[in-house]
Amino acid sequence: MEKIKTIIGKEWAEVFKNKLVLFTVAFLPLLLVAMPLIMLPLMGSETEGMSEMEELPTAVVGQMCAGLDGLECVQLYMMSLFVLMFMILPVMVPVTIAAYSIVGEKTTRSLEPLLATPITTLELLLGKMLAAMIPAVIVTWLSYLLFMTGVWFMASAAVFQALLAPMWLLAILVVGPLLAIFAVSIAIMVSSRVNDPRVAEQLSGAVIVPIILLLLGQSVGFILLSQELVLVAAVVVAVLDIGLVYLAIQTFERENILTRWK
Amino acid sequence: MIEIESLTKEFNGNTAVDRLTLNIEAGEVFGFLGPNGAGKTTTVRMLTTLIAPTAGRASLLGYEVGRDDREIRRRVGLLTETPGMYDRLSAWKNLIIYARLYEVENPERQAEKYLRMLDLWERRHDAAGTYSKGMKQKLAIARALLHEPPILFLDEPTAGLDPEASRMLREFIGELRGEGRTIFLCTHNLDEADRLCDRIAVFKSRLRVVDAPSNLRQQMYGRQIIFHLAHPADAYLPTVADLPYVQQSQVEDGKLLLALEDPEQHNPDLIRRLVNAGAEIQFVSEARRSLEEIYLQLVQEEESDGEN
Repeated sequence: MEKIKTIIGKEWAEVFKNKLVLFTVAFLPLLLVAMPLIMLPLMGSETEGMSEMEELPTAVVGQMCAGLDGLECVQLYMMSLFVLMFMILPVMVPVTIAAYSIVGEKTTRSLEPLLATPITTLELLLGKMLAAMIPAVIVTWLSYLLFMTGVWFMASAAVFQALLAPMWLLAILVVGPLLAIFAVSIAIMVSSRVNDPRVAEQLSGAVIVPIILLLLGQSVGFILLSQELVLVAAVVVAVLDIGLVYLAIQTFERENILTRWK
Repeated sequence: MIEIESLTKEFNGNTAVDRLTLNIEAGEVFGFLGPNGAGKTTTVRMLTTLIAPTAGRASLLGYEVGRDDREIRRRVGLLTETPGMYDRLSAWKNLIIYARLYEVENPERQAEKYLRMLDLWERRHDAAGTYSKGMKQKLAIARALLHEPPILFLDEPTAGLDPEASRMLREFIGELRGEGRTIFLCTHNLDEADRLCDRIAVFKSRLRVVDAPSNLRQQMYGRQIIFHLAHPADAYLPTVADLPYVQQSQVEDGKLLLALEDPEQHNPDLIRRLVNAGAEIQFVSEARRSLEEIYLQLVQEEESDGEN
């Protein structure tokens, strides 16, 4: 456990001295919090809301808007899309850190002395994964907290209550961290196998695609998020995580990584 | 201390290390010499459990490579070819991280000890990336010593350093030798190997020769005595050339150069004979062949063996 903590501390000390990485980590969450909060006051009156509500997918209106007026329905629909966008954060933020973690050690030639210590592959990779995952989860939760505080001030109590539904809490508090593990495992695997940090980042970035598809599906009413669906997603991602973490550790071949790197 | 038996490493059918067999004693400074690509770093990587041998076995302090890898890593220090420090972090932070990874009981005390010993204490809070090459190399040596390993592997410790930094590091390695550590030194610097090593191995995929530098000199050149005479030495060559104990005789740069089996026994007789023949002897010295000459001859022999 001490070695895992040491690796986490080392990763953070390095990553947070890099202003570009800090900017990458901070920019997206700030944008995702600011955008909906700017939009809320611009959404107009209840009458306008009624006409806009008619343009929403019927299935969405049926599921989400029971007991809400037109404006609240539109607000809830828009804000729920933003909550879904918060699911991008635990995927995007750690990928920036994790994708560089192994290939970065290769380029700076620090991997050989590191592997010469008595650290196990499990300790090394868990340290690197947690170092990338923890800030992502904290950033996601903090962003959601900020966002909900804004909603509490700017939207009706009904919209606020709806966004605090167990489905969304499950998504943010459980699925978010699980998605972070998913993204980090893939990024670490890619990082172990490539020799160029840019390639690692590009390839690892592809893990965001399923989230984007989910977002699109929800926005056009093709996929309707429900508590059951989020729960199923959590179980599926958790199972995938176990497999991916195992695979990342199994495919981390110290010898190949050292000897292939020139 | 270090036992190596038929250690072999192949990469895609190419043999990098071929049946290496060696025994290195505790407290010995062992020089591992060879040209670029000879397999020196591969050997070090196998012995430090970074890569697995294709065949053969090795044990360090009784721990088997491939079976007791973590135990071995706890007990060896490794200075890699490039320092590989975390450049954004301070020297202090770098050492503390490694001290923790090496399970050192008091990381701060050990980091301070080696930073002071290597004259880096005053700049301990500077980022390692701001260090000169020599300072980075010193920091890397400190990192390799934090856990007080009884065995130390140094891969080209003075490569690319200026003469002052090289000298400082050589002196430091000399001090480590005094502490009784076993040091496995890969180097291109033959003068360094000559000064520091108890024994050297010349290696090019396979072990060419292993012995003490002085024994190698004697094996290859015998002991050569130089007679500096006041007049050209050619006239006195016949006086000594046919003596039974003179193995080889020649005149080089006007001096008489004789290969003798036992100079302590035969020098007085030689001096007497030369004086009787009218030679004016200014002084007598023993020729010291550099390790470089020995090394180059061995490597050339290896190459011509390979061609045949």
